[in-house]
Amino acid sequence: MNKTAMTGMEGSLAMAEAVRLANVDVVAAYPITPQTHIVERLAEMVANGELNAAYIPVESEHSAMSACLGSSAAGARTFTATAGQGLELMHEVLYVASGLRLPIVMGVANRALSCPLSVWGDHSDVMSVRDTGWIQIFAENGQQAFDLTLCGFRIGENEKVLFPVMVHIDGFHVSHVVEPLYLLEQKQVDSFLPPFKHPFPLDPDNPVTVGAFAVPILYTEARKSMENALRSTRPFISYVFDEFAKLSGRQYKPVEHYRTEDADTLLLTMGSYSEIAMEAVDQLRDCGEKVGLIRIRLWRPFPFGELRQAVENCQTLVVLDRCISPAGPPGPVCSEVKAALYSQKKRPNVAGFIGGLGGRDLYVPEFIQMVERGRVIAAQGGEEIEMIGVRG
Amino acid sequence: MSARKKDSEITWQDIDLGAVIRTAGNAAEYKTGDWRSEKPTWNKDRCIKCGICALFCPEGCIHHDKEGYFEADYYYCKGCGICARECWTQAITMGPEE
Repeated sequence: MNKTAMTGMEGSLAMAEAVRLANVDVVAAYPITPQTHIVERLAEMVANGELNAAYIPVESEHSAMSACLGSSAAGARTFTATAGQGLELMHEVLYVASGLRLPIVMGVANRALSCPLSVWGDHSDVMSVRDTGWIQIFAENGQQAFDLTLCGFRIGENEKVLFPVMVHIDGFHVSHVVEPLYLLEQKQVDSFLPPFKHPFPLDPDNPVTVGAFAVPILYTEARKSMENALRSTRPFISYVFDEFAKLSGRQYKPVEHYRTEDADTLLLTMGSYSEIAMEAVDQLRDCGEKVGLIRIRLWRPFPFGELRQAVENCQTLVVLDRCISPAGPPGPVCSEVKAALYSQKKRPNVAGFIGGLGGRDLYVPEFIQMVERGRVIAAQGGEEIEMIGVRG
Repeated sequence: MSARKKDSEITWQDIDLGAVIRTAGNAAEYKTGDWRSEKPTWNKDRCIKCGICALFCPEGCIHHDKEGYFEADYYYCKGCGICARECWTQAITMGPEE
């Protein structure tokens, strides 16, 4: 396969290809829709001898993440992937991975949560693991699934970082769509990704206590230490994005702009709907509307500075959430954006919309409707939940 | 984690990466004796030095004294009363902690 020419590949397989090029040591995973193709492909690679790794077919996602803890603590480059209910089942173990500072990389094919049962994409699963202390990056297409998985290993494993990383791809809209994309050669990846060395690996000759309990007089200090460390990873994440741009020509940023110059109204999205929002922005610009788009690429650590800077000159900010916080403020992303702007003297009016739940498609007309309706409700400053594309 | 600082003096900057503990055996520094609401005392007139109290002590904090009788290390003794319950000769009495 010519890695420097464009090739057609499904988003899940592009992520698996990145994991192969990263030459991981251990994959411990349990299949779940819509993530299955990632680990299925990795299992195939290991079975065919294309990837020299231990593949652990565990009995549940809770076990998958637990096995990943052990392998990462032993100093092995470790990958897993999950989605939806699977992410929920591994929930408690996610905190251990970040608390122990183990740089596991996990692909998450974002999926709705039961009930009612849905295997289709939204961000309910992501938002439930918001506070687990993982670095969280959103990819919006297959190319980014490939690129950001490689960046994930480089970011997480650096001695200044040592945090686990989730690379989010929207279930089906990214995981199952075949797109043209550029891969990288093995030698390019090798030059970008140095070997992983954990400073305190499990080692009989240098024993340490891992996962001890902390009495009340120490727990607060341990959590502050971890929180400060996660917050401090921000400059390094941008550095890795810049290094990746030198390698590939594709530049990622914690907050990305699309046609935001002189915009009075900005849309804000995370994940695959960003591409439809860009199309909507193009159409509105063609009609003379001053509309642009802000995409949050880095969800944790939250890019406060970049977000504030990105929206400081607009009058209306329209935020799309693919997750509902029942009887709470309208959408987790919108609430966080509002919280980040509260201290700013100059800030836009913010309108939040919830849509794209459980795989519901949103098209350009819905985004244009969000801009028009958003300008009205943002000026009113209401807290009621506005859902887009809901019948009745 | 800093080896010789008291717990109450450890700052968040002192916590090692991943809160790992690099020195062995420091669980011994953890005082469990202040959990105690009842305290075992030994009546040497009744004690036959069989040592069943030491065998049953879940904290492992009962040991010989110089004369071969038994006593608890009150730094660790949680006052659970298992020693008093198991003693053949009722040589151990649980009394209120002062």
